[in-house]
Amino acid sequence: MPHLAQPSVTIDPDKCIAAKGCRTCIDVCPTDILALGPDGKVHMAYDECWYCLPCQHDCPTKAITVSIPYLLR
Amino acid sequence: MPQTEIKTRQVETDILVIGGGTAGPLAAIKAKEKNPALKVLLLDKANVKRAGAIAEGMDSVNNAVIKGHATPQQYVKEITIANDGIVNQKTIMAYASRSEAMIRELDSWGVKFEKDEIGDYAVKKVHHMGSYVLPMPEGYAIKKHIFKQIKKLGVEVSNRLTTTRLLTASDGRIAGALALESRSGEFVVIRAKAVVLCTGAAGRLGLPASGYLFGTYENPCNAGDGYSMAYHAGAELSGLECFQINPLIKDYNGPACAYVTGPFGGFTVNAKGERFIKSDYWSGQMMLEFWRELESGNGPVFLKLDHLADETVTKIENVLHITERPTRGLFHQGRHTDYRHDLVEMHISEIGLCGGHSASGVWVDENARTTVPGLYAAGDLCNVAHNYMLGAMVFGAIAGQDAVDYVAGLELPDLDEAQVAAERERVFAPLLREEGLEPAQVEYKLRRMVNDYLQPPKVTRKMEIGLVRFAEIREDLKRLKANTPHELMRALEIYAIVDCAELAALASLYRAESRWGLYHYRTDFDFRNDAEWFCFVEVKKGADGRPELFKRPVDPYIVPVGDDERNAYNELRIDTAAE
Ligand SMILES: Cc1cc2nc3c(=O)[nH]c(=O)nc-3n(C[C@H](O)[C@H](O)[C@H](O)COP(=O)(O)OP(=O)(O)OC[C@H]3O[C@@H](n4cnc5c(N)ncnc54)[C@H](O)[C@@H]3O)c2cc1C
Ligand code: SF4
Ligand code: SF4
Repeated sequence: MPHLAQPSVTIDPDKCIAAKGCRTCIDVCPTDILALGPDGKVHMAYDECWYCLPCQHDCPTKAITVSIPYLLR
Repeated sequence: MPQTEIKTRQVETDILVIGGGTAGPLAAIKAKEKNPALKVLLLDKANVKRAGAIAEGMDSVNNAVIKGHATPQQYVKEITIANDGIVNQKTIMAYASRSEAMIRELDSWGVKFEKDEIGDYAVKKVHHMGSYVLPMPEGYAIKKHIFKQIKKLGVEVSNRLTTTRLLTASDGRIAGALALESRSGEFVVIRAKAVVLCTGAAGRLGLPASGYLFGTYENPCNAGDGYSMAYHAGAELSGLECFQINPLIKDYNGPACAYVTGPFGGFTVNAKGERFIKSDYWSGQMMLEFWRELESGNGPVFLKLDHLADETVTKIENVLHITERPTRGLFHQGRHTDYRHDLVEMHISEIGLCGGHSASGVWVDENARTTVPGLYAAGDLCNVAHNYMLGAMVFGAIAGQDAVDYVAGLELPDLDEAQVAAERERVFAPLLREEGLEPAQVEYKLRRMVNDYLQPPKVTRKMEIGLVRFAEIREDLKRLKANTPHELMRALEIYAIVDCAELAALASLYRAESRWGLYHYRTDFDFRNDAEWFCFVEVKKGADGRPELFKRPVDPYIVPVGDDERNAYNELRIDTAAE
């Protein structure tokens, strides 16, 4: 899975509990752009974010921050 | 990867619902409720739990027809007038007469609607003539309540399936769909007796001014797949020249949003701070006045809230920054815009296709039936004018219930292996190719061309050049290269976008007049011509595989429109602001 240099969606690795099996954000993202990396943490794999927020709202540990994508900031 | 390594799975169901956003869940719920013994499969390319336009909720019902505030007849009349007369009134009546019952049912599921002191629904006036907007104080939770019903009834749900083509049987009726599992790359053959298509608007048609492919007003998962699938299955499409163009927050491309702020005293102004339209309800004529204001030198155009009391602004923020597009507050923060002392710059959006907001899409009758036996369509995808969220739900419900009657006693239609094999080859070609064009680049170029050649005002020569460019890009699709199943899904969406662009251009060229304000404003036919064009422009796939265009007469009205009312929506401009 590709890693983006400047993702608009960032995940705090200290808070992400993907290693315990959580996949909530990956599941709810409508554009399916969040992926599990080899480090066991979630990252934004494609620059296709609709900045819609289900990932941020549903994350149980509040690990996700969505910013407005660079092109429309 | 060789073809032989592609895994194929076959699924069988009685009723297949494609699209788990707004219309789809209601179709599935109502079908299962009517006959629990039937197998009902609801699938989505995203996750049904959070899919579609209402994933983060809705601020309000835009078209509530509630006794004491409006009658179905009034509503049908208003939408007929707002749409320059070209509507199938029977479909609008089918919605209007079931609108209140649907609201009451949603209410019983836990969806909250604003009520007054005596418990009556607190309907607001935003439309030009009547009152139809009903706020939803906890609108962010709507999808949750609907999803509960899906689970309760035992509707089968499948996520991350992108359908690419519909299957038809040798007798011409619908036979199911073919899909790509966009994570595993599996090919899925779904056999069904009836299919309800609820894939939403074509939201990735024009390129947003920001240049960001996914910076769309509509959910970008709605790339236009449904229009393309219906077309290739032989269904008739209608009004594709009646574009969707919205007044949106510049760059952010989210709703501004007059429906929420209007009842609190917000409105649209020009750069001089003057109001220039009487109604902020989205219509083609409203968009034309908006565009004229921009072109007159009075632009830009803004949403004005800075005259409101601090606590009113806070109330507005509490709606607009929590529901629908909750990053809106973040965007304003980044631009240092505070409604209390700043105006919000608005702009004209790029084009899209959407029955929910304008009047175009797959042709359906008042039972949500398309022209292909066993194929239904509901929501933004179908041509039921100005249907919005509640219309999507009501038509979904109608489709689901009608499909139950349709499949009664039917066997599964035959499976055409040749269709399956041809689609399998088309779908996987970009993944199997060694090298080729990056899907995002091809999509960018295509959508840039859509802007250059189709964005109104429409010019004949430009649209003709557009068609040449689209044909060239269609050739380029043979060189698309996808590295993952996810990229493959994106590559396939471009096929649908090309279809939508071509059909939208052809329908626009065919209608040799101007209508629906800016939506179909043709500079070389700068007038409305009721004598020749008081009809629908339809398109379907001809026997030669090319689009075939034809006129469909407007059925006699069931709700008459008086001569004195006919032009009400053409009189939106406040003259003092015109230069
Ligand atoms: C930002 C915004 C604000 C709005 N505000 C309001 C409002 O306040 N009030 C109101 O009444 N209306 C509002 N609307 C309109 C209303 O939300 C829509 O008309 C309605 O939700 C459309 O429902 P739908 O089922 O047709 O489409 P959607 O709810 O968008 O669902 C379509 C679904 O199809 C899926 N899909 C697409 N292609 C495929 C495929 N090939 N295979 C599988 N699945 C596929 C998508 O993932 C999506 O989940 C708003 C719309 C938007 C976008
Ligand atoms: S939802 Fe939050 S905790 Fe769970 S995988 Fe995603 S980022 Fe990690
Ligand atoms: S904001 Fe929306 S599109 Fe972006 S990562 Fe989160 S869920 Fe996905």
